[in-house]
Amino acid sequence: GALRTLCVAALLGALRAGGTELTLELPDSAQRCFHQELESGVKFTLDYQVISGGHYDVDCYVEDPNGKTIYQETKKQYDSFSHHTEVKGVYTFCFSNEFSTFSHKIVYFDFQVGDEPPILPDMSNRVTALTQLESACVTIHEMLKAVIDSQTHYRLREAQDRSRAEELNGRVSYWSVGETLILFAVSIGQVLLLKSFFTEKRPSGGGAGT
Amino acid sequence: LALYFHIGEREEKCIIEDIPSDTLVVGNYKVQRWDIHKHGFLESAPGLGMFVTVTSPTGEVLLSKLYGPQGTFSFTSYVSGEHIICFQSNSTRFAVIAGSKLRIHLDIRVGEHFLDESAIQAKDKVNEVNVRLEHLIEQIHHVTREQDYEREREEKFRKTSEETNSNILWWAIVQTLILISVGIWQIKSLRDFFIAKKLV
Repeated sequence: GALRTLCVAALLGALRAGGTELTLELPDSAQRCFHQELESGVKFTLDYQVISGGHYDVDCYVEDPNGKTIYQETKKQYDSFSHHTEVKGVYTFCFSNEFSTFSHKIVYFDFQVGDEPPILPDMSNRVTALTQLESACVTIHEMLKAVIDSQTHYRLREAQDRSRAEELNGRVSYWSVGETLILFAVSIGQVLLLKSFFTEKRPSGGGAGT
Repeated sequence: LALYFHIGEREEKCIIEDIPSDTLVVGNYKVQRWDIHKHGFLESAPGLGMFVTVTSPTGEVLLSKLYGPQGTFSFTSYVSGEHIICFQSNSTRFAVIAGSKLRIHLDIRVGEHFLDESAIQAKDKVNEVNVRLEHLIEQIHHVTREQDYEREREEKFRKTSEETNSNILWWAIVQTLILISVGIWQIKSLRDFFIAKKLV
């Protein structure tokens, strides 16, 4: 009765048609584009995050089938963009590292196509055939998908922070060694230079003051 | 298949999957070649295939096979870490015709086992719930494996941070000691020098 309607509501609300998540490496001064064919009246969400590289930023833009830019951002670390499609066709989204001359970036993106209108007649037939156990199973499945999404979010954050920490560690080591060497070089150099001021080839020997 | 992207005929494109150990990864792909005459992508091109190479974090090659223009590949990770999946066509056309490119449709699923809805319908009710429950248990195992891997990585992160912290402290002390001793040496050396030169 009530449990079944609740499960059905959860099932229909949580239904997602699908999507792709990929992690790719963007070499410096490169651009990578991806395309997807979508119907009109569909909602899609693009989440992206830079995991490592340089200043952890990337340019991103999304174009609709007519070539119109529906989203454009420069030097973003992470963002989430949702859009309801109006036109049916091929949507393009691109990540660009063209502003960077020597740091390649690792970028994660998740392109979800979802919230499609459920095909109600078929669904209601299935609903009456589904037992409560099955509805519960489907609901748990959808909730676990949300858990996995949340895990991914935290995994990316941790990967980014760890990347920064490793970079910091490297920098501290190199600069410390460099500073020590400079310290030695400068102090020994100072003494030698001073000594050289006072050791000029004069027959009278020594000195500054006469 | 959903998402697609373009690559050159001999180009190799790779994607990275950071996954825990004992995780199944399944990939579906379809490759099409651009036809200059028809100004479109051919539905099928004879002899066109795809090299799929999967490298584990330790550098070991887990999978290196030539597939046809459309196919499914899968592998199970042995160690946790960044696995690199590379795609390269087997095209031998070295003279790259201007504008020639390939379109690759790609769909990769990590840790999920497909629940074949139609297969479930055919079986009896008890079996149906059984299959669903097994699928859920698989999903929960995947969540647990990811959590364990996350714990590993966080530990590595913490070690790196603590190393940085102690590095900074140690180097600061060492540099201060060097500064003091070099300063003392400088003064001593110059004093001896001036005494020798009979300036002092």
